[in-house]
Amino acid sequence: MIKVENLTKLFGAKRAVDGVSFTVERGEVLGFLGPNGAGKSTTMRMLTGFLPPSSGTVTVGGYDMAEQPISAKKLLGYLPESAPAYTDMTVYGFLNFAAEIRGLRGDAKKSALSRVVDLCFLDSVLHQNVDTLSKGYRHRTCFAQSIIHDPDILVLDEPTDGLDPNQKSEIRQLIRKMGEKKAIIFSTHILEEVDAACTRAIIIDRGAIVANGTPAELRRKSEWAGAVTLRVQGLGAGAVQEKLNQLRGAKKVTASANGNRVTVTVFPRVAGDGDLTREVIAATNGWQIEELRTEEGRLDEVFHNITMPDTRSENRNAKSETRV
Amino acid sequence: MNSLSNIKTIAKRELLACFTSPVAYVFIVIFLLLNGFFTFMVGGFFERGQASLASSFFMWHPWFYLFLVPAVGMRLWAEERRVGTLELLLTMPIAPWEAIVGKFVASWLFLGLALFLTFPVVLTVNHLGSPDNGVIFAAYVGSWLMAGAYLAVSCITSAITRSQVVSFIISVVACLFLILAGFPPVINMLQSLTHNWQWLVDVITSFSVITHFEGFQKGVLDSRDIIFFLSVIGFSLFTTSVILRTHRTS
Repeated sequence: MIKVENLTKLFGAKRAVDGVSFTVERGEVLGFLGPNGAGKSTTMRMLTGFLPPSSGTVTVGGYDMAEQPISAKKLLGYLPESAPAYTDMTVYGFLNFAAEIRGLRGDAKKSALSRVVDLCFLDSVLHQNVDTLSKGYRHRTCFAQSIIHDPDILVLDEPTDGLDPNQKSEIRQLIRKMGEKKAIIFSTHILEEVDAACTRAIIIDRGAIVANGTPAELRRKSEWAGAVTLRVQGLGAGAVQEKLNQLRGAKKVTASANGNRVTVTVFPRVAGDGDLTREVIAATNGWQIEELRTEEGRLDEVFHNITMPDTRSENRNAKSETRV
Repeated sequence: MNSLSNIKTIAKRELLACFTSPVAYVFIVIFLLLNGFFTFMVGGFFERGQASLASSFFMWHPWFYLFLVPAVGMRLWAEERRVGTLELLLTMPIAPWEAIVGKFVASWLFLGLALFLTFPVVLTVNHLGSPDNGVIFAAYVGSWLMAGAYLAVSCITSAITRSQVVSFIISVVACLFLILAGFPPVINMLQSLTHNWQWLVDVITSFSVITHFEGFQKGVLDSRDIIFFLSVIGFSLFTTSVILRTHRTS
């Protein structure tokens, strides 16, 4: 439904977005990750036709955004980063305007209004002025605006920013539910949201895509993917580490002691290696093991390694030190 | 047809927002107070003993509008940019020119309403004597067109900046130019500056709203004057669209 090809945006000499290409199909929820200033918002602004790209094309539902902007924009719902709303209107007036500009009239407008008011829990503030709203309500008002015409495609720039934890999880559930029938792109820098709502994630850094895959695929890039952590009683940290270091599948072993317990993590030579767990179990036969688990991989570590290449090697050295 | 309904929706929202904030009421009250004061106290409406509104009522309008119209126009685009709603507006399925025209029309209608509310003056003059109501009507049309020209200029300055104050000041200066372009001292200065290039001086002085408004005050609906005001509006709105576009591309 959304096809982005070689999208580039220059601000003066700076390449804010540099050759970004991806597609999103119906039924997909694409998480857009990246550090601040990576080009997430700029990409979304080009996607929705607010900023014209310096080069590259955006195709929305078969319509080229540069050639047929109005047909393309009709299919889109957009929540900008700061969730702006007309401050000199009531919530009802604002949503009414959003519905009318989307071409809804009469009964269709009424039912659309009551649908989004219910979905976004705006009933209690419906006749309040937008500038008297708390940040959460204002955010939801703008979100309501983006879904009022039940668009096939939703572009949400940090939809959970500034919301309290309950509201965050409500919005995430809503995104996941709507994602079954729509194509959704949302940006975030909260990594747990990727698991909670996305079917796929893209990591963007300095204007370019550096990773693209399902959350599980991304996690497999982590050195934690397939690592085995166990807590052993009655053995010294050094002994445990030495023994486990001899395993064929082990790349490195970290251990830390706490009283007479040792917590050990064995990192796999090949990320996501499932055999390592079996090896560890075989090797530790007879030990007093209180806990043993296989790690799935950590998104935050993947994110960190991908978006901060300069500090990556340094970081590894720090991690391989043994804390005893 | 579709464009028309988009323009209507934009204009409706603009008017609604205008009347939910106190700006509209403050503006109308001040406009009416100024009109009353200048017509009766400064303009000497009663002392003149004439059944006419030209030199006691309409002659002040270019000066009232100088400050009041930029105050109405300054928020049009500056506020959209500051709050970020411009991003919403321009990602809606409408053409940018529809938004520009819609917002302009709303404010122009509002100025028309304020002007309409001066009707007690017309009733007064009709009660006291028998004025030529055709002349008064023509002057009202001229006054409204002049307000539209000022408003369109304010649209440009409002699109330039996200600060309403800056927008206000620049548009007051620009509108002041529109008034002063026909003033003798200014004409003299222009002549010395341009080494008596008469055509250039003529071009500049023909931009004076006062000369174009004069005809209306006499009851003459001259097509040249009407075209002048409408072309100032058209050109200014076009410039606004260019400015809004360059903001996004650069």
